[in-house]
Amino acid sequence: MIRPGKMIAEVLASIFKKPATNLYPAEKLDMPKKFRGKLIFHPDRCIGCKLCMKDCPSGAITINKIGDKQFEAVVDLGRCIYCAQCVYSCLKKALETTDNVELAQLDSNKLKVSLNENSNNSVDKPAE
Amino acid sequence: MLLTLFNILIFPGLLFLCACAFVVEYLDRKFYARLQNRVGPPWFQPVADFIKLIAKEEVIPAAANVRMFSVAPLVAFSASITAFFYIPLWKINPLLSFTGDIIVVLYLLTIPTLAFFIGGWYSTSLYARIGAVRTVTQMFAYEVPLFISVLAVALLADSWSLSEMALFYAGHPWLWLVNLMGFAISLVALLGKLEKAPFDIPEAETEIVAGIFTEYSGKLLAILRMSISIETIVGASLLAAVFLPFGLALSPAAGFCVFIIKILFVVLLLSLLRAVFARLRIDQMIDFCWKCLVPLALAQLLLNLVLKGVFI
Amino acid sequence: MHDSHDFKIPVGPQHPALKEPESFSLALKGEKIMGVDIRLGYNHRGIEKACEERSYIQDVYLIERICGICSHAHSTCFVQAVEEIAGLAVPRRALYIRTLVAELERIHSHLLWLGVAGHEIGFDTLLMYAWRDREIVMDILALLTGNRVNYGINTIGGVRRDIDADEIQQILKAMDTLEERTKYYIEVVTEETTIIERLAGVGVLSHDDALRLDAVGPTARASEVKRDVRSDDPYAAYGEIPFNVITDNHNDVYGRTVVRVKELMEAYQIIRFALKNLPEGPIEVKAPRKIPAGEAVSRYEAPRGENVHYVKANGTENPERVKVRAPTLANVQAVKHMLKDRFLADMSIVVAAIDPCFSCTDRLISIKNLDNADTKIINWEEIHSYGIKWYAERGVDFSDLNKRFAERMGNR
Repeated sequence: MIRPGKMIAEVLASIFKKPATNLYPAEKLDMPKKFRGKLIFHPDRCIGCKLCMKDCPSGAITINKIGDKQFEAVVDLGRCIYCAQCVYSCLKKALETTDNVELAQLDSNKLKVSLNENSNNSVDKPAE
Repeated sequence: MLLTLFNILIFPGLLFLCACAFVVEYLDRKFYARLQNRVGPPWFQPVADFIKLIAKEEVIPAAANVRMFSVAPLVAFSASITAFFYIPLWKINPLLSFTGDIIVVLYLLTIPTLAFFIGGWYSTSLYARIGAVRTVTQMFAYEVPLFISVLAVALLADSWSLSEMALFYAGHPWLWLVNLMGFAISLVALLGKLEKAPFDIPEAETEIVAGIFTEYSGKLLAILRMSISIETIVGASLLAAVFLPFGLALSPAAGFCVFIIKILFVVLLLSLLRAVFARLRIDQMIDFCWKCLVPLALAQLLLNLVLKGVFI
Repeated sequence: MHDSHDFKIPVGPQHPALKEPESFSLALKGEKIMGVDIRLGYNHRGIEKACEERSYIQDVYLIERICGICSHAHSTCFVQAVEEIAGLAVPRRALYIRTLVAELERIHSHLLWLGVAGHEIGFDTLLMYAWRDREIVMDILALLTGNRVNYGINTIGGVRRDIDADEIQQILKAMDTLEERTKYYIEVVTEETTIIERLAGVGVLSHDDALRLDAVGPTARASEVKRDVRSDDPYAAYGEIPFNVITDNHNDVYGRTVVRVKELMEAYQIIRFALKNLPEGPIEVKAPRKIPAGEAVSRYEAPRGENVHYVKANGTENPERVKVRAPTLANVQAVKHMLKDRFLADMSIVVAAIDPCFSCTDRLISIKNLDNADTKIINWEEIHSYGIKWYAERGVDFSDLNKRFAERMGNR
């Protein structure tokens, strides 16, 4: 039946429903496990083949040799497009994605992170 | 003298009204958000918005007529406040009253619309000018049914004074039920007056940016927004006083509560209506007002004439 | 061009009705539209050119970012073309997963459109509800592919991620919820007076005009043009999945809305079928890094209409030429026709009704000089030096841009 105010019942019922939106910084949503967030690097597995560098569409990842069979991965989080192609290209599974998405920084220099330091393998908090 | 000044500036005048405006804006936004299954703003959001706008720089377009552009919000603001003094709120006698004040109130409530037109027109922006023209076009459509339905109520009470009308309906406790159709018509007309969906045509965001408010910023925009909130309260109290004239003879405290409930009822009803309709086009809006609302308002008028002739 | 009008009103490049910069200049007489000038090109990003400087695998992600809403459409279209050239036999399971994501994307795009349409006609409640329910499908996409947009599920030779039984259950559950909600929206759209008032008879595009102006997708199907690449020229797994091509004879924005909401119902059926008949097996074949010389055109029915990609390979790791024809480019011609003699108030919904995606569309290759009406084609070097000159006049030095770019890429 064509009538004005078709949605009125649904709209009034909404008053008693839990809101669909949430107050973001206070309440956070869970990201799915497969989510492609910030990378984790396992330096012990890296063989320095640099396939990830070759395939990275945005030139965000750099593998540097820091010693004998020792490599570090430097990722520019500002350039990274979170496609995780590096993870797929890696033959030794030295890279992994996490569900960490809160990577905003006030200083753009802080976006360039070395994934080698032990502290960076844990999910770290963005700057306040 | 001092009491009058207190009444005008503090309670129930300027200060009280501004505080009410924040509360009403909050309730409207919160209720609207809840209707849409959202969380909505926190309670201080309207105050925060106001302070933010006050603190911001005012930008006046180079081609605008500066005097008209900056005077228009003030005119709208003061006209809506003035109208408030003539409306019986929680006791039968309003602050100011004389025979024929109902017409003055209706005209005072028209002034904000005209001020918006002037402000929009003299800001010389294309969007604002289209918005200004739409404002006035729309005004001719909703004012007529509003006036007729208010007139019908006054006719039954045989008075042009709001306080005498209130006195009459206090004497005939259930007679206001006759005017319920007029209440519905006025509510729809009020939506047009306050430029809320489905009649937010003059400020249709997706068509003409913000219509008449496009070029306003800073303090002037804060005053404009405040005057719209105040207009909402004044319009709601007018509807409450004319169509829901009960509870006026109670003690001041109880009467005040009844008044608040009435205002809330009207404001929330406006929010509900705004949530369930799409915006009409200006031609559809005018068609609707003249072809549906005006005949209905005339029917109400006829009903009241017959009632008056037969029973009273 | 327009003989009598009162004034010209700019809608865009920046305007609340447009989500992306594009310019519509309306000649108005009162509220009535006397003429429309559409100028594209405000959102040109040079993606096609950039593709030539990257390898095929990098291009998949670049192409995916042509459009935020139909990203799977573009990447699938591109990988199909590359697979065609390389002669890769993509496993059936991969094709089914591509189809699955494609239909999920269609659901998310159409629900998004419904919300946008609601907003354009000032019905924000519909916007909020449609987008709330869209979150369900966005979550499913994030679960399945790892992101809410730019899914990154495609790779040359297959898909990157498999799906498991648990995910299938979650998708099926979400489909049931969405189907119920969509039924409600069909009711709302076809029964709410103010919506019908705003949509019916607006933006009329007759059957003949739709054919003449080469409209595609729901815009054409609402004018009873039964065109759908999914059934006309099946790709991925569509050849094995039964579904109906929805058409409508209203020819207006109302028809386009009906087509879209009914396509949602079809999408749920397609997804259920695809999940039920999901073949077992591998999800990827190994693709060579160097694609043999050759060229291919690939077609794909994006939520907005037919999407065409052309890829030319020359035996190296990088493609020689990539050309994209996004559906909006085909439909934008019709907008001018649809707006004729309508009201200013209809402008936003008519433009929205083709579900425009301007950044997909912008391909600035020809310059029309309005003063002497000649058309010329500017090549890469010319536009490059023009850009440097233009910025130099405004005090920005870009003359060493190429060098800086080369340095940055060389660092990798």
